[in-house]
Amino acid sequence: MSTRVQRMERTQRIYRIVVLLLVGAFIVVPLFASYKFSVRTTGLNVGKWDGWKALGQDPELRGAIKVSLQLAVLTVAGMIVLLLPTMVWTRVRVPWARRIVEFVCLLPLTIPAIVLVVGIANVQKWVNYLIAEGPMSLTFPYIILVLPYCYRALDAGLSTIDVPTLSEAARSLGASWWTVITRVILPNITSAVLSAAFLAVALVLGEFTFASLLSYENLQVAILQVSQTNARASVAASLASLAFAFVILFALSFVGHRRKEASS
Amino acid sequence: MAVSRRRIGAGLGLVPFFAYVAIFLFVPTVVVAVNAFSVNGRPTMDAVDSLFTSTLLRVTVRSLELSFITAVIGAVVGALVAYAVVTAKPNGVLRRAVTSASGVLAQFGGVTLAFAFIATIGTNGVVTAFVADHGSINLAGSGWLYSLNGLILVYTYFQIPLMVIVFLPALDGIRPQWREAAENLGASTWQYWRHVGIPLMLPAFLGSTLLLFTNAFSAYATAAALVSQGAPIIPLQIRGALSSETVLGHQNVSFALALEMMVIVAVAMVGYARLQRRTSGWLR
Amino acid sequence: MKFHRPTTALVAAAAVVLAMAACSPPSKNKGSGPQSAGTGSAGMQTLIANAKKEGTLNAIALPNDWANYGSVIKAFEKKYGITVHVANPAGSSQDEIDTIKKLSGTSRAPDVVDVGLTVAAANKDLFAPYKVATWAQIPNGIKDPSGLFYGDYGGVMSIGYDASKVPPITSVDDLLKPAYKGKVALNGDPTQSSSAQYGVIMTSLANGGSLDDMAPGVEFFKKLKAAGNFLPIDPTSATEESGQTPVVIDWNYLAAGELGKISGWKVFVPSNALVGGYYNQAINKDAPHPNAARLWMEFLYSDEGQNLWLNGSVTPARAQAMQKAGTIDAAAFKKLPQVGGTIQYPTAAQLNTGAVYLQKHWAEVTGG
Repeated sequence: MSTRVQRMERTQRIYRIVVLLLVGAFIVVPLFASYKFSVRTTGLNVGKWDGWKALGQDPELRGAIKVSLQLAVLTVAGMIVLLLPTMVWTRVRVPWARRIVEFVCLLPLTIPAIVLVVGIANVQKWVNYLIAEGPMSLTFPYIILVLPYCYRALDAGLSTIDVPTLSEAARSLGASWWTVITRVILPNITSAVLSAAFLAVALVLGEFTFASLLSYENLQVAILQVSQTNARASVAASLASLAFAFVILFALSFVGHRRKEASS
Repeated sequence: MAVSRRRIGAGLGLVPFFAYVAIFLFVPTVVVAVNAFSVNGRPTMDAVDSLFTSTLLRVTVRSLELSFITAVIGAVVGALVAYAVVTAKPNGVLRRAVTSASGVLAQFGGVTLAFAFIATIGTNGVVTAFVADHGSINLAGSGWLYSLNGLILVYTYFQIPLMVIVFLPALDGIRPQWREAAENLGASTWQYWRHVGIPLMLPAFLGSTLLLFTNAFSAYATAAALVSQGAPIIPLQIRGALSSETVLGHQNVSFALALEMMVIVAVAMVGYARLQRRTSGWLR
Repeated sequence: MKFHRPTTALVAAAAVVLAMAACSPPSKNKGSGPQSAGTGSAGMQTLIANAKKEGTLNAIALPNDWANYGSVIKAFEKKYGITVHVANPAGSSQDEIDTIKKLSGTSRAPDVVDVGLTVAAANKDLFAPYKVATWAQIPNGIKDPSGLFYGDYGGVMSIGYDASKVPPITSVDDLLKPAYKGKVALNGDPTQSSSAQYGVIMTSLANGGSLDDMAPGVEFFKKLKAAGNFLPIDPTSATEESGQTPVVIDWNYLAAGELGKISGWKVFVPSNALVGGYYNQAINKDAPHPNAARLWMEFLYSDEGQNLWLNGSVTPARAQAMQKAGTIDAAAFKKLPQVGGTIQYPTAAQLNTGAVYLQKHWAEVTGG
């Protein structure tokens, strides 16, 4: 019996190694090649790190990085302001609406971004007219785009605490709803909020469809435009944005992990 | 009556959320649906009819082919990887590394991915140059990377990690007791898989494949960055309809194309939801 | 009963708000400006003063190395102290029109556009009529009589190539030879970009077609693709210099731009297939900076502006008149790629018919 199990385990180990090596190679080769491409100097009259230096020096890239980072911050803030009170409210007062809110939050997964862009032109014009022109107006569609992912993250967090009891207790002690949300609920779900924030940042940094078709210049649009004149810089910028997203999402996995340790 | 009034009062707390979603999600969707059937305010079937011309029909078929092929390849390879992860230690380094890498790579689409592949096997790519120097084969050929075949390769790159993320929970639901029970009844490995494992995993597998399908079908950024000439798939046709400087008056077709995309994705997602329900039934 | 009325009122209000959200908001810009500064210096002084007050000009889709726009913009900024913002340098003519429509009423809307003939003729209702001081010197064939758009610079279609990588080209059909495998690029997608459409017209003329008949051109590209010679990449100065696109079918002024930069670069203009075209300037009717827009036009069509363009290897609109008056930069004019033979200029109608044909048949070239 035990040799049988041992044989099975060995087969599985060989299988693991082979599969992960092959697929891993497929995944890693383009990343490695990108790096080599971004520092290639054969036949060109440029320095080795010029492509990477352009990230800080090229005005177009620099401006676009700033725009994308600002958009990320605004989107995270807007997402929290929109989602958190709503989700708390569905748990405390209107549990019958919870399925509806969930369904609505998952809808953006089924409506392709490019479809939304086609229909959003006039809405964006109103936003420009009433609130602000400029790339920051992208915040509004971006909040919609991050809804599904952030909803799931916040939902997981809110499910670990007893929201109705906590909020009733706080209210009976005289707290306002603002206090309940910011000083009672929020501190208990920091890891979930951080997860949602990280996901939103990764999404906003990688967003291209809305920015490009609405004629704004965010990071991805800038990378595409710069590629017309400086291919190495655009590949360097691509790698950098990927590395940044990787760092963020890697940090995310630790946030979740620490929470599990804390609660056990 | 007092209860209903309280319900409405409580419901008012949700108004900001629903108002926001109504303005930024529902209005654009409705605008697309309505404008697909009208031009300059007049109702007409012209835009939708043009969807069935040979050019656009071919484009639709290509879109479906691309999505289907990359979904299947991604699903099969991804399932193999997911199975490899599942047989490893549950909290071990391997599993965590693969799942977090998959999380990142599944989002790694768009412009960044397109350029990574251009840097690898484009006409000026690093691997192209390497192979040309050492083997005198021109990997980049006549630029196949920059058209539909290239899209198939590049899409697969993010489909595989997506499959790992989506399918892994289902594989986690396999109980070792099933294997033991089957073996007690004299089943071989092959028989176990054929009669127990695969049928139980099939709904989850098909559901995940559908998810990959819609993911590929809706993707725009990767194709926009990779394909600058020709519009072999629907999202690129939408880009063309919105920005062509030679064929004018074509923009209302973009609404029809967008509507077509919505319908196809909706159908696929309904299928996914059905399969999800069947899966969760088995894997409680 | 008692709660029905507030609910229905709420629903009705919501419906109205949503319907409004689906329509356009009112415009913020008034965008009115003079129709002409006149030839008097007083008119020009007022225009300059007003333009300086506006301080900014929104331009779009003007690459620095296209017709020497980089120098043109710098000279304008220096002369009048007005900052020029260029949005979307790689954009197409339709992108420019789309941006006018998308950003209409905002302060980011383009003030001026530089578009192909088809796009200009089709969007006259977006433009404001304006006749520059040197209006009479622009040939009649390339301007709209009421001043809504006017030709700015022209060139002919050509084939630029790196002679150190491929054999010399003596005719359009040379491109079908095996020596050019995977090397020939067209500037743009002909269903999207007018420069690419002119490229197809050129190959059509070289193969027995005419300005009304694009079929031989499409056939040529089908053969090019079948031979494996057609590279579906948009050529830019970066791809040309890196050797990715050693052969490009492009405007002669763009191909000539690489003459100093790549040793061995040559420009071939087929004498049996001379097709030329002018791009066109126009002012946005709702321009946020109407006076700056008009001053920009005056600058472009002044001797200084025209000569700056000339240095970008284009034939500026007033070339003939300036030659006669002796104000043209003779050295730069001589350096213009020599074209032997009569140049054919397609009309907007011919371009439209061609575009419709391309929309139906270009997919046969790219293989769907």
